[in-house]
Amino acid sequence: MPVKRVQKTPMPERDAVLRSHDFEEVNEGYGIAHAQFEAERCLRCQDPICIDGCPVRVPIPDFIHKVASGDMRGAAAVLRSSNPLPAVCGRVCPQEVQCEEQCSVGIRFKPVAIGYLERFVADWEMGQPALEVKSNLDRSEKVAVIGSGPAGLVCAGELARLGHPVTIFEALHAPGGVLRYGIPEFRLPKDVLDWEIEQLKRLGVEIRCNVIIGKTIAMDELMGEMGFSAVFIGTGAGLPSFMGIPGENLNGVYSANEFLTRVNLMHANEFPNADTPVMVGKRVAVIGAGNTAMDTVRVALRVGAEHGLIVYRRSDQEMTARVEEHQHAIEEGVEFHWLTNPVEVLGDEDGWVTGLKCIKMELGEPDESGRARPVPIEGSEFVIPVDNVVLSIGNKPNPLLLQTTKGLESNKWGCLVVHDDTSETSREHVFAGGDAVTGAATVILAAGAGKDAAAEIHRDLCEKM
Amino acid sequence: MAKILEKRPLTPITKLYKVDAPLVAKSAKPGQFVIVRVREGGERIPLTIADYDREKGTLTIVVQEVGTTTRYLGQLEVGEEILDLVGPLGMPLEIPVEGHIVGIGGGFGAAALLCLMRELRQRGDTTTIINGAREKDLLILNEELTEVCDNLELCTDDGSEGFHGFVTERLAQLIDGDGPGRPDMVVAIGPMPMMRAVTETTRDKDIPTLVSLDPLMIDGTGMCGGCRVTVNNEVKFACVDGPFFDAHQVDFEEAVRRNKMYVKQEQASKDRTACRKLAVGQD
Repeated sequence: MPVKRVQKTPMPERDAVLRSHDFEEVNEGYGIAHAQFEAERCLRCQDPICIDGCPVRVPIPDFIHKVASGDMRGAAAVLRSSNPLPAVCGRVCPQEVQCEEQCSVGIRFKPVAIGYLERFVADWEMGQPALEVKSNLDRSEKVAVIGSGPAGLVCAGELARLGHPVTIFEALHAPGGVLRYGIPEFRLPKDVLDWEIEQLKRLGVEIRCNVIIGKTIAMDELMGEMGFSAVFIGTGAGLPSFMGIPGENLNGVYSANEFLTRVNLMHANEFPNADTPVMVGKRVAVIGAGNTAMDTVRVALRVGAEHGLIVYRRSDQEMTARVEEHQHAIEEGVEFHWLTNPVEVLGDEDGWVTGLKCIKMELGEPDESGRARPVPIEGSEFVIPVDNVVLSIGNKPNPLLLQTTKGLESNKWGCLVVHDDTSETSREHVFAGGDAVTGAATVILAAGAGKDAAAEIHRDLCEKM
Repeated sequence: MAKILEKRPLTPITKLYKVDAPLVAKSAKPGQFVIVRVREGGERIPLTIADYDREKGTLTIVVQEVGTTTRYLGQLEVGEEILDLVGPLGMPLEIPVEGHIVGIGGGFGAAALLCLMRELRQRGDTTTIINGAREKDLLILNEELTEVCDNLELCTDDGSEGFHGFVTERLAQLIDGDGPGRPDMVVAIGPMPMMRAVTETTRDKDIPTLVSLDPLMIDGTGMCGGCRVTVNNEVKFACVDGPFFDAHQVDFEEAVRRNKMYVKQEQASKDRTACRKLAVGQD
């Protein structure tokens, strides 16, 4: 029987002072006792609407019930049947606005900690000797997946499960896309990512790094002489936006992409043992207040900044970061400048950043996003002294593939246009999903899009036969 | 992985490599570059494609050992592999002008003129290469360059070979009608001060000029924005919009400043790797 308890079982976390100086994971994860204690709270609803909140439709009550009854292997199998990246999603999904928001327990109490339980099960599986996986690629039609971020990985995993030989083409030297270069080690350890990717390879997914479709190999070659019957484009939204304010090209100004890539992908935190440096002074201002901004400012503290600042033109009510990331940032001593809009990056005579000139804002009428529009307060300009500025104001899809591929329709934001029902682009047998279609969104929405597209590709290829 | 098939020292610190990279060779066009990484924990650095052979599937790159990564690379021998090599990156060079095209190579930059000038010559242009260096022994690839152009002009700062003086001085003479004569277009590849000087030489002469910018890069696909340069008051990413830009519109001062961003770290990294035997891939 479900147990009524108001509160979620808390996630064990590392001490904020200690953790803000290293890259070890902040959340330590449930032990078996925590997990079973929490799993007891699930009501096992007849009509589990939590599943509706999940973009990959994990059978949530099933796996939680198995956790409660101690059948961890069974729980892992349930998870894996619907989500090829449970250890990743258990860590980085915004469950509070997805499955947990729908959870019936949440009507009166705090919702069941579905995310923490998902992570527990995936981590449990990671600690077990690997089960034999039968790679069963019995279909003849090969599928190419472009990009190895969450959309591409999930799509490839699903297609392999459906029997299609799949090859993922990745531009960088290591697979994972934003999970590799974007999300820092303390939120998603890279050995967890490596393990997830290893599971996909065991299903028969082939990954070729250092290949850029549209540059190294043309789309036409892929579908022509290379013999791929269908293509999934999961190239994400990797093109960083800049504000266009004066001083953005001063030395010491980064895009969040560059700053995070230097650390996460190139290991600049280990410089000079690793060869790529990152420039961090005493005071680092990060512009923006999404999850990437929180990641960036927390990385800045870990690579030596004494003060990490978030500068955001709206208030904390409008920020897009997850509550948990915001909370962790507060605990680690991040300073928040809400309703503050940068207007210029200031530099010294040698071209190095010295400060960020800002203007105070106030909230006005709601804008097209439904959030209160920030309006500048005249004459309120002031200067925040900083050594670095990192822009984390969003990314657009990378135009590289579009520039070199005929017949792919895109909208004015550079996002690929797909048929809603089928994920197919304007080119036959070419499908797309994730940030490349939606613009920058979340890991799990990309994963969901990858999963849906895999089903559509399978159907398309079966019809073709 | 790209296997090294041929290695040839051109100067004490400059080496030419022919590597096995059939996919890149098949798609490469003049003006493009690759990004390489030579060891675990290593940097990603851009290297201009000097030449390619589509049939043999090989790529020629020329490397000057100036920093940590290029020194690791310099230690690789025939039969060994470059850990990661990706490309071709950047926009292929388009020469909109027909007629007398002058390619100027400074130091190891001359290597990048190989495939470009050959293609222009095949197109029917008159091609001149001005190859310049400090002294005779630092002039590279003279034989190969002779084969790909109509006129090869050599310049050395100390006069030990060819014209005694800078490439820009020789260029000014050509503009005045000397030798192969006034260029209809100039393409300069080499150290920043040289490209800047070329730009100033042609600015008031109404001669369209392209330079190959070589800013710091990580991914090379437009993802990081580290390579941003200002051209005609607009911010461009050299990796996807370049690397060639209209020289007369480039903000050189900014480009030079941004390239020096990590000077201290580069030195620290070099000092660290200089005092012990470099063990590629095992450190």
